[in-house]
Amino acid sequence: MEALVAILLGVLTASGVFLILRARTFSVVLGLTLLSHAVNLFLFSMGRLHTNAPAVIGEAAQHADPLPQALVLTAIVIGFAMTAFVVVLALRSVLELKNDHVDGVDKNEEPI
Amino acid sequence: MLLLILLLPLLFLPGPLLLRHAPRWAVGLASLPPLIAFILLLQLLPTVMQGQVLLYQFDWVPELGLTVALRLDALSALFALLITGIGVTVMYYAHHYFAGKPEAARFYTLILAFMAAMLGIVLAENLIFMLIFWELTSLISFLLIGFYGNKQISRRGARLSLFITGGGGLALLGGIILMGQVVGSYQLTDILAARELIQNDSRFPWILGLILLGAFTKSAQFPFHLWLPHAMSAPTPVSAYLHSATMVKAGIFLLIRLFPVFSGHESWFYWVAGIGVVTLLVGSFVAIFMHDMKGLLAYSTISHLGLITLLIGFGTHGALTVALFHLVNHALFKAPLFMMAGVVDKAAGTRDLRQVNGMAKHFPLLMLLSFIPTAAMAGLPYLNGYFSKKLFIVESLNGPHSGMIATLIPILAILGAAFSVGYALRLFHNTFFNGKPVDLPNWPPKKPSSWTYAPLVFFAAACVILGLWPELMLHGLIAAAANAANVSSDLLIPATSAPHIVSYDLSVIQDHPWLSLISAVTFLGGLAMYSARKTLFAWHAKLPNLNAKDHFEKLMQKLIGWSQDAVHMVENGSLQRYVLYLLVTALVFTGWPLIGLEIWQGERELMPIDAMTAGGIVLLAAMALAVSVLHHQRITALLFTGATGLFITIGFARFSAPDLALTQFSVEVMAIMIMMLALSFLPQTSPHESSRLRWSRDVVIASIAGIGVALLSFAVMTRPQSSISDYFLANSVSGGGGTNVVNVILVDFRGFDTLGEITVLAIAALAVFALTRNLRLKDRPNHQQNEYWNGFAESHPLFLRVLARPILPMALLVSAYIFLRGHNLPGGGFIAGLITAAALSLQYVACGIRWAHVRMLTQFRPLVGAGLLIAGTTGVGSLIFGKPFLTSWFGHFELPFIGEFELATALLFDLGVYVTVVGATLLILANMGRLMTIHGPGKEIG
Repeated sequence: MEALVAILLGVLTASGVFLILRARTFSVVLGLTLLSHAVNLFLFSMGRLHTNAPAVIGEAAQHADPLPQALVLTAIVIGFAMTAFVVVLALRSVLELKNDHVDGVDKNEEPI
Repeated sequence: MLLLILLLPLLFLPGPLLLRHAPRWAVGLASLPPLIAFILLLQLLPTVMQGQVLLYQFDWVPELGLTVALRLDALSALFALLITGIGVTVMYYAHHYFAGKPEAARFYTLILAFMAAMLGIVLAENLIFMLIFWELTSLISFLLIGFYGNKQISRRGARLSLFITGGGGLALLGGIILMGQVVGSYQLTDILAARELIQNDSRFPWILGLILLGAFTKSAQFPFHLWLPHAMSAPTPVSAYLHSATMVKAGIFLLIRLFPVFSGHESWFYWVAGIGVVTLLVGSFVAIFMHDMKGLLAYSTISHLGLITLLIGFGTHGALTVALFHLVNHALFKAPLFMMAGVVDKAAGTRDLRQVNGMAKHFPLLMLLSFIPTAAMAGLPYLNGYFSKKLFIVESLNGPHSGMIATLIPILAILGAAFSVGYALRLFHNTFFNGKPVDLPNWPPKKPSSWTYAPLVFFAAACVILGLWPELMLHGLIAAAANAANVSSDLLIPATSAPHIVSYDLSVIQDHPWLSLISAVTFLGGLAMYSARKTLFAWHAKLPNLNAKDHFEKLMQKLIGWSQDAVHMVENGSLQRYVLYLLVTALVFTGWPLIGLEIWQGERELMPIDAMTAGGIVLLAAMALAVSVLHHQRITALLFTGATGLFITIGFARFSAPDLALTQFSVEVMAIMIMMLALSFLPQTSPHESSRLRWSRDVVIASIAGIGVALLSFAVMTRPQSSISDYFLANSVSGGGGTNVVNVILVDFRGFDTLGEITVLAIAALAVFALTRNLRLKDRPNHQQNEYWNGFAESHPLFLRVLARPILPMALLVSAYIFLRGHNLPGGGFIAGLITAAALSLQYVACGIRWAHVRMLTQFRPLVGAGLLIAGTTGVGSLIFGKPFLTSWFGHFELPFIGEFELATALLFDLGVYVTVVGATLLILANMGRLMTIHGPGKEIG
C-alpha cells in the first residue's frame, strides 16, 4: 500500500509541477491546487499509514499520529484561502492586463 | 580620555551645520574638537614618551571578537598630533578659502567626521575596529573629492578613488581576518607579539600580500597611485589635509604599525622597498610635467610617500626612524604648499602653470612664505627637509641588503632626489617668476586677506625650527614613536645593520664622505632638468596620453553594461521563468542529499493492499494525470481537479483521519465553486503555445519532482516511527480535557499555531475583499464568449430555491453538533465553520446574492475580526491567572436533566476559530459571487 500511495504522491506532484510551469493563470491555479493536495498528503503520510486507528482516545486500540493530521487540517484551510486569493489575483490581472498570460504579456495572440 | 579624543569631533558634528549662516561661529566650533584633542594629547605625551602604552577597552560584540579597544603609544600619539594639529590649521584656512559661503559648513562637518575616522585608525587597538574607520576614511574622502558634485570631473575623480581605496580596504579585510585566524585574536597587542607564528604560517604570503594591497592603495603607491592626482578636483583644503597630510598616511601608518610583525622578512623588503622606490621615481619624474599646480603637488606627494615606503621596506630601526621623521616633515611642508596653490587658484582663477607666472610682483609675502616649504621639499640646508633627505640617502647607502641591489638603490634614491629638486624649482620659479602671467581669468589677481597667511607662517616657522634643531623631534617624539612601533626591536634587526639605536645619531651626516658631493649632484641635476624643461615638455607632449580616469570610466561603463546584460538574462520579467528557477533550485537542494541515501525501503511492515483502496488510488492518480493532460479544456480540467479533491477526502477517511476528511470535503466544495466563478471571467480554453522543447523540459522537471517525492515519501513511510505525538496521545485527556487528540492539539497544545493560521486566513479573505472591490462585471472582456455563463447569472432554479431554505437550519444544527463534539470526537471549529459557511453560501447560490445578503444578520469583516478577538482574548485570559498565553482550563459539571457536562476554555478558543472561518469563507465567496450579478455589484459586501 505504501508504494501505491507513494506513486500517487509522485503523480500528484508531477501534475502540479507541470501545470504551474504553464503560461496561463488558470492552469497555474489548477497546478497549485494539485500541488497543495500533494503537499497535504505528503505531510499526512509522514505520520505513516494506519487503518481503523483514528486519533480519538477510546475509539480504537491504536492511534494514528495526530500531529501531522492537525498540521494538515490547518494547511487545508489556509490552502483554501490561498487558492481564493490566487484566483482573485488571476481575475484581477486578466481585467487589468487584458490577457491571462502569467507574464502579463501575451506574445502569441491578440488581447482577449 | 582616549574615547573622549575619538568622540570629540563626532560630538561637534552637527554644530557647523546649524551655524552655517554664521561662518565665524561655524569655524570656531569646528576648530574646537581638534584643538581640545591636541591639548589632551599633549598632556598625555610625557607618559607615552616614556614607552607606556595606554589602553582603553570595552566589549562591543564579544561573540565576534569585536571590542572597542583604543591604544595610545608614542606612534599613535605622533599621528594623532599630526591629525589634530594640521586639522586646526586646515579649518582656519578653509574659513578663508570658502570666504563665508554656506557650503563651508558642509565641509567642516565632513572634515570633522573624517578626523574622527582618522583618529580611529591610529588609536584602534582592535584591528577589525580599525578597519571600520579605515573604510570610513575612504567613504568620507569620496564625499569630499566629490564635494562639488555638480561637476563631472569631481564625480569621476571621487568614483576612481573610492574604487581603488575601497578595493584595497576589502583586501585589507581579508588580510586582517587571515591574520586574526592565525593569531586567534584581533588585538594589536597579541598580533604584535606573534611575529614567529605569523611568519611561519603557510598563509603568510596571503596575509602579507593582502595587507600590503590595502596599505599601498591607501597611500597611493605605484600602480595604485592613479587615484590621487584625480582626487585633486576636491577643494584645496581637502587636498591639503586628506591627500597630503593625513589619509594617504594611513597606509604608511599601517605599515609602521605592523612593522614588528613583518619586517626582516625577505618578501617584506622586496615588495615594500621595491614598490616604494618605483613610486618614488614615477612620482617625482611625472611631477615635473604637471601643468596643474595641484597635479604637480599630488605627484610630489606620491613620490614622498614612495620614499617613506622605501625606508620602511629597509626594515631597520634607523630607516624606520628616518621614515617617521620624513613623514612629519612632509606634512609640514606639503600642507602649506597646497594652501599656496589654493590661494593662487582663488586669486588668479586658474592653477595652470603655463598661465600662472610672475606672481612675485603681486604676492611678495606669499612668495616668501612658500619659499621655505618649497626649499624644504627640495632639501635645502637649514630646513627640515634637508635632514630627512640626507638621512634617507645615508640609510639607502647603509641598507640591510647587499650585491647589486646595494648599488642600485642609492643610485635610484639620488635620482629621485634630483627629480624632486627639479619639480620644486618648477613649482616655485614658474609660479612666482618666469616672465609674465598669460591670460589669467582674474586680472588683476584678487588679493586675499592677510589673515589667510597665518597657517603658512606657522608651517614655515615649523620647517625652519626643525631645520635648525632636528634633534627636537628626532631625539624626542620620533625616537619614542620608532621605539613604540618597533616593540621588540632587539629581535628584529638583522645583524648586518646597526644595533638598536634608541636615538638617531645625526653625526652620520657629517661623517659620511660622499654626502656633500651627492647633495651637490642632486641640486645640479635638478637645476639641469629644470633648465632643459622646454625640451623635456616637448618630448613629454609626444608621449601617448594615458589618462587613467578615461580608461577607468570606459571599464566602468563596460562593467555596468555587462552587469545589466547579466541581470536582464536572469531577470527577464517572465514569472514563468522565475517559477522554473525556483523549482529547479528546490529540486537541486532537496535532491542532492537524497542521492546518497542507500536504503530506500525501511523495516516497517508494509500495509496489505486491498482491491477497493488500490482501485481508488489508481483512479485518483489517473484523474490527476488527466488534469495536466486536458488542461487546455479548462472546464474539464477543473472538474477533474474537483474529483481529485473528493477522492483525497475518501483517502483521508480510509487512512484513519476523520477530521481531515471532514475538512477536506467542506473545503473542496467551496474551492471548486470559487474556481468555477473565476472561470466565467477567463477564456474557456488555454492555447497550445508551449514549444516542443519547453514542453519536454517541463515534463522532465515534473517527472523528476514526482519521482523524487514518491521515493522520499516511500522511504519515510516504510521506516518505523518515533514521534513526539506520543506525548499528545498520553496527555490529551488529562491535560487538554478532550479525547479527539487532533482537536486538542489544534486548540490547546499548539493553540498558538492555530491562532497564527486563522490570522492568515483572515488576511487572505481581506485581500480578496480588497482585490474584488473595484472589479466590475462590465469590465469583463469579450462578452460574446461568455454568454454561456451569463445565462445562468440571475436565474435560480425553483427546485434549488425551495430545497435550500429548509436545509439551512438543519445544516446549522449539524455544524453546532460538530462544533460541540469536536473536543472529543471528529469535528471542531474549523469543520463546523466550513459547514456553516457552505450552508449559508448555498442560499447565495440558490436565491441570488441580493436576496441572501439582505437576510444576512451581520457583515463579514466584523465577523472575521470578532473571531480573531475571541480567540485572542481567550489566550490572554490565561495570563490573568498567571499562566502562559493560551493555557486552557477545563472542568466537569453536573447539570440536572442533562447530566455531566464539560466546560473548557479551549471551547471558547474553538469558537473564535469557528467565527473566523465562517466570516472569512463567506467574505471570499460573497465577494466573488457579487461579480456575477449582471446589474452591477450593488452595495459592497463584507
